Amino acid sequence: MLMKRNPQLNAHGELIHLLSIEGLPRAVLTHILDTAGTFLSVNDREVKKVPLLRGKSVFNLFFENSTRTRTTFEIAAKRLSADVINLDIAKSSASKGESLLDTIANLSAMHADMFVVRHSESGAPYLIAQHCAPHVHVVNAGDGRHAHPTQGLLDMYTIRHFKKDFTSLSVAIVGDIVHSRVARSDIHALTTLGVPDIRAVGPKTLVPGDLKHMGVRVCHSMEEGIRGADVIIMLRLQNERMSGAMLPSAGEFFKNYGLTDDKLALAKPDAIVMHPGPINRGVEIDSTVADGSHSVILPQVTFGIAVRMAVMSIIAGNDA
Amino acid sequence: MKILIKNGRVIDPVSGRDERADVAIAGGRILTIGVVSPDFQPNRVIDAAGCVVAPGLVDLAARLREPGHEHEGMLESELNAAAAGGVTSLVCPPDTDPALDEPGLVDMLKFRARKLSLCRLFPLGALTRGLAGETLTEMAELTESGCVGFSQAEVPVKDTLVLMRALQYAATFGYTVWLRPQDGWLGQGVAASGAVATRLGLSGVPVAAETIALQTIIELVRITGARVHLCRLSSAAGVALLRAAKAEGLALTADVSINSLHLTDVDIGFFNPAMRLTPPLRQGADRDALRAALADGTLDALCSDHTPVDADAKNLPFGEAEPGATGLELLLSLALKWGADSGLGLPATLARITSAPVAVLGDALGSLQSSAGRLVEGGVADVCVFDPEATWVVKPGVLKSQGKHTPFAFDATGTALPGAVRATVVAGNVAYTAAA
Repeated sequence: MLMKRNPQLNAHGELIHLLSIEGLPRAVLTHILDTAGTFLSVNDREVKKVPLLRGKSVFNLFFENSTRTRTTFEIAAKRLSADVINLDIAKSSASKGESLLDTIANLSAMHADMFVVRHSESGAPYLIAQHCAPHVHVVNAGDGRHAHPTQGLLDMYTIRHFKKDFTSLSVAIVGDIVHSRVARSDIHALTTLGVPDIRAVGPKTLVPGDLKHMGVRVCHSMEEGIRGADVIIMLRLQNERMSGAMLPSAGEFFKNYGLTDDKLALAKPDAIVMHPGPINRGVEIDSTVADGSHSVILPQVTFGIAVRMAVMSIIAGNDA
Repeated sequence: MKILIKNGRVIDPVSGRDERADVAIAGGRILTIGVVSPDFQPNRVIDAAGCVVAPGLVDLAARLREPGHEHEGMLESELNAAAAGGVTSLVCPPDTDPALDEPGLVDMLKFRARKLSLCRLFPLGALTRGLAGETLTEMAELTESGCVGFSQAEVPVKDTLVLMRALQYAATFGYTVWLRPQDGWLGQGVAASGAVATRLGLSGVPVAAETIALQTIIELVRITGARVHLCRLSSAAGVALLRAAKAEGLALTADVSINSLHLTDVDIGFFNPAMRLTPPLRQGADRDALRAALADGTLDALCSDHTPVDADAKNLPFGEAEPGATGLELLLSLALKWGADSGLGLPATLARITSAPVAVLGDALGSLQSSAGRLVEGGVADVCVFDPEATWVVKPGVLKSQGKHTPFAFDATGTALPGAVRATVVAGNVAYTAAA
């Protein structure tokens, strides 16, 4: 079979869409992180705007509900001086039976320059990127279980900010990994950036053995999983997984895999604790940890805006 | 209609005949193979110089989409596709809308296919009403209408008691039950479990979905003595179970689809919905085991698993895309490709798409059983003439099928396929000739 070029890159290897971290060269990731660093100061100015996307229209297409991610993309686009249009597709076209590609064709006709897409199906942003006009850029804001690349990048920004060097780190990702697009993007980013020890921690229902294919060590014991870790990334446990065939109860999950001060003591003394939010206190993380000195959960949010500004400005500057 | 097929290389996989010969056809039968008497006055002469004259292909799984899915395929378009693919007999599963669970529906299909006279049509009746897995259909009535067996298509019978009863009842009358082994619960994912599905975040179908169902079926065949045809195996572990069951002497036959024979989950690439198929594409080791099993006869036949799907249903995110691919026009080429890769000669290769599927159908074919899938004097004149040296490029525009989606499209593979059909004769009538 003919392998097609990675659809995120143009013929010169430049980023034209951000669909997944998988397959992106280390230099592209580093460039995004470096660029995000330059935008961080914009957020501290009195006038928090730069004119890089002036006159451009960014459409937030959320086929799946999200307030937090949509808001951070909106802030990032506005700080780049773009016009932002929020479309809650879950409540409009899709419910009227319009197909995904018809929706895209219609919005393209409104001269969109960028689509920020969230969709419940893995791979949906690829389909959109393949069918939209060549000048339109697509940013994946989370697709099914597949990828959440801007979250992955902001996690890398956070790790680099606090740990400086990736190549000697032990990183533990804990919780519902099989259903997590954040975990997949983090794992691809960490392996690309040279992290030698990545552990996926959780019960077999949420951390199946297949995950070893992604270059992680699968751990079913929390103690083994976080011992000596420099970075602990706790994942959100979705409500629908808290009881049923995946897990008997949120309480039992917390007992085995919830991050408490006692368990955190097994990690390195200067370990950082991350979480993509929104957090479930007492389910995956104890309040004393979430609010404690190791937690970098709020800096993650701040860095997230700068990272999204970096991604949007970089892809907008590259032609297909 | 009298037809003379001249100067071809005539191959009959059953007798082993493989020689330069002429074939004279009259009254729907093959009159002579060899030197045709000068007294024979044909209405039509087909020059087969450089071509193989083979039995018409017999496809054990092709969906025609009528009734109920006419937007995706019509009897006429799909039977034209069959003729263009050299297919002279095909078996269609009962997953139409409504399902083929009533004799009237089967009568209508058979009647309309006969009027088109492009390809012989052998429907499978629904094993249970509406394929709901609860109530048995009137199998004797359906058989009288022309059903050659009974199937659940893609809908597993979840209730093992119903499955056992269905096999017992079918065994009473010697009907063959066609089952695609897939556990109803484990089979709910959209891609085969493994590295690719894990990486892409696609819900997985583990191999156990196939092997658990196979173990159940094999055990029930032991108990009931039913004759079962296993449709479209997809895994190395499934092949191993089949091999052991056949060695035990159980009345089992099996087929594999052109898709599983040539592709793996890696071909999904960047979520290409053309690769959304049932059974899902599995790993390289599975594909290799399927190819070896088809070569050694553990798997009896190769089928197209032809499923026309329209663009609206296919151009969707991978998990939402309708499974299936067009296949009737690709069956011959993909058999030839496999045969060449496996070092098999043409007669052995062609057997998997002619005589072997006829053997699977067995006495359900009635009087056709003795000569369909073969080329013998006095036998039915179902013939496929193809140029084994020619290649062609799969592009939507060249396909007669209403279904244009295929994993083997040139845009995706960048390669041409071997073997081009030049003429197809069904029951002594020319159903297709390639444009010169």
